[in-house]
Amino acid sequence: MSSRKTPEGKKPQNWSIGRIGIYCFLFSTALFFLMPLYIMIITSLKDMDEIRGGNILYLPKEFSFYAWPKAWGTACTGFVCEGLKPGLIASLKITIPSVIVSVALASLNGYALAFWRFKGAYFFFGLCMFGAFIPYQVMIYPLLKIENVLGIYSTIPGIMLVHTIFGMPILTLIFRNFYSSLPIDLFKAARIDGGSFLKIFFYVIIPMSTPITIVAVILQVTGIWNDFILGLVFAGRDNQPMTVQLNNIVQVDYGVAEYNVDMAATILTSLVPLAVYFVSGRWFVRGIAAGAIKG
Amino acid sequence: MIIISLTVFVGCIIYSFVYSLTNSKLIPVLDFVGFKQYERLFKTRKWDVAVDNIIIYGFIFTISCLIIGFLLAVFIDQKVRGESIFRTIYLYPYAMSFVVTGLVWKWVLNPTFGIENSMHQWGFLWFEMDWLVNRDLAIYAVCIAAVWQGAGFVMVLMLAGLRGIDEDIWKSLSIEGIPPWRSYLFVILPMLRPMVVTAVVLIAAGVVKVYDLILALTSGGPGYATNTPAMYVMEHFFGRANVGQAFAASIIMFIAVACILAPWAYYEMYRNKKEKEASNVF
Repeated sequence: MSSRKTPEGKKPQNWSIGRIGIYCFLFSTALFFLMPLYIMIITSLKDMDEIRGGNILYLPKEFSFYAWPKAWGTACTGFVCEGLKPGLIASLKITIPSVIVSVALASLNGYALAFWRFKGAYFFFGLCMFGAFIPYQVMIYPLLKIENVLGIYSTIPGIMLVHTIFGMPILTLIFRNFYSSLPIDLFKAARIDGGSFLKIFFYVIIPMSTPITIVAVILQVTGIWNDFILGLVFAGRDNQPMTVQLNNIVQVDYGVAEYNVDMAATILTSLVPLAVYFVSGRWFVRGIAAGAIKG
Repeated sequence: MIIISLTVFVGCIIYSFVYSLTNSKLIPVLDFVGFKQYERLFKTRKWDVAVDNIIIYGFIFTISCLIIGFLLAVFIDQKVRGESIFRTIYLYPYAMSFVVTGLVWKWVLNPTFGIENSMHQWGFLWFEMDWLVNRDLAIYAVCIAAVWQGAGFVMVLMLAGLRGIDEDIWKSLSIEGIPPWRSYLFVILPMLRPMVVTAVVLIAAGVVKVYDLILALTSGGPGYATNTPAMYVMEHFFGRANVGQAFAASIIMFIAVACILAPWAYYEMYRNKKEKEASNVF
């Protein structure tokens, strides 16, 4: 998206006072968008006295790094005082396998849907769309029952299964749309050469699907990392992901609220998605566009 | 595999519906009472508040996201310097978790130490920002946080749309001497209709589900002033052990989402079909 074609025609651009206006608008909105991030960072670097006595918008007079290790290792949630560390580990344990499994399955599905046409594909398409937007609340309780029967409720495989199920519709649609745009002749040629369903998939399709796989992985990594409600319900007490842990740390009912620790914890939690976002900027945008426009 | 997963979806909805007709309390039992749970639901004050909230929130959030997102896209599209920097800034909140957004804004809007305090220190004593503890205004605080997170997303969609507009249209508009704001409003905006529709549907479908943002920002409070249907459902499932009631509420949520999505799905499918027929590739 960043490598746009430079337009040749003239855009309406005969106003130079207007251009100042444009920059004013852009800068002031940028300030609005940046303010919370700024406040987050400076608050995490102040000590509590300064927070109580000072101004939320001022830079810290003395930098204090007291809050960071505490948020990481010793902040309390209820009776346990282990900070965010277990949450990070749990989040990793949940995110990595869930992303791999769901993306792999979805690409296979998308391939099947795109090249092996069958009756009712449109109906199917519609159903997928519903699946992508269904409110979790309708599904949570029945899923919980199913997992109970299977004996995987409150375990890592349990939460993995849930993420895979919820990710499947939208990912399948993304992959299907991508594979539909590949030339069908390629597929036909592979058929004539005697490729089977899976052989074509592994030798012809997968090597071609790097870009869409990156998009899907980004979508899933940020989605699963940022998920709260599913982690809360399905991950179980021992595997609470980072977002849940964060909420527990910040919302403790007793004791003195330590806003600097809270903010440090908040930054720590958002580091992974932010890193993904800043590193993969263009792909992230493509992912959004792919997930939305064609979805 | 997709079939299995879709079967699960459909199965879960049917399961929820069946049990929403029963008198289940702590665990689901098949003790049918007809639509009593729904009757009770609509009589509950808390549910009313939740529905009102979601309507206010949905309306404000959707409209402001669209307006801000569109404006941002238009202004960014003026060949400004540092375009990618601005884009990055506007979109980064979208990468964050709702929980993070909620907690950050909870701190920014903190009535004792937050923005209000800063403004008072600078002498703007009239400035009041005690929304989080104000029953009538708390839901608007939720809107601000949500718009902060979601506006960048709309901007991306709109920008993609703007970039797709044919150069000749710009040329002819400038030849006709139409002022830019009019061409944007009356020519370009109607051309972006598919984008706008998509954005509205995606936002609206997200609105119905809003849960973690509010949990982090206000915990549904003060009192239950910012309760939402999703919170109502969760509370009855896990907090209050009134499962039948929760099923009924969740089915209503599902119907709401279906009502938003169905026309759109139909529209998209219709469009796709027409395109297929027109190009006649297969």
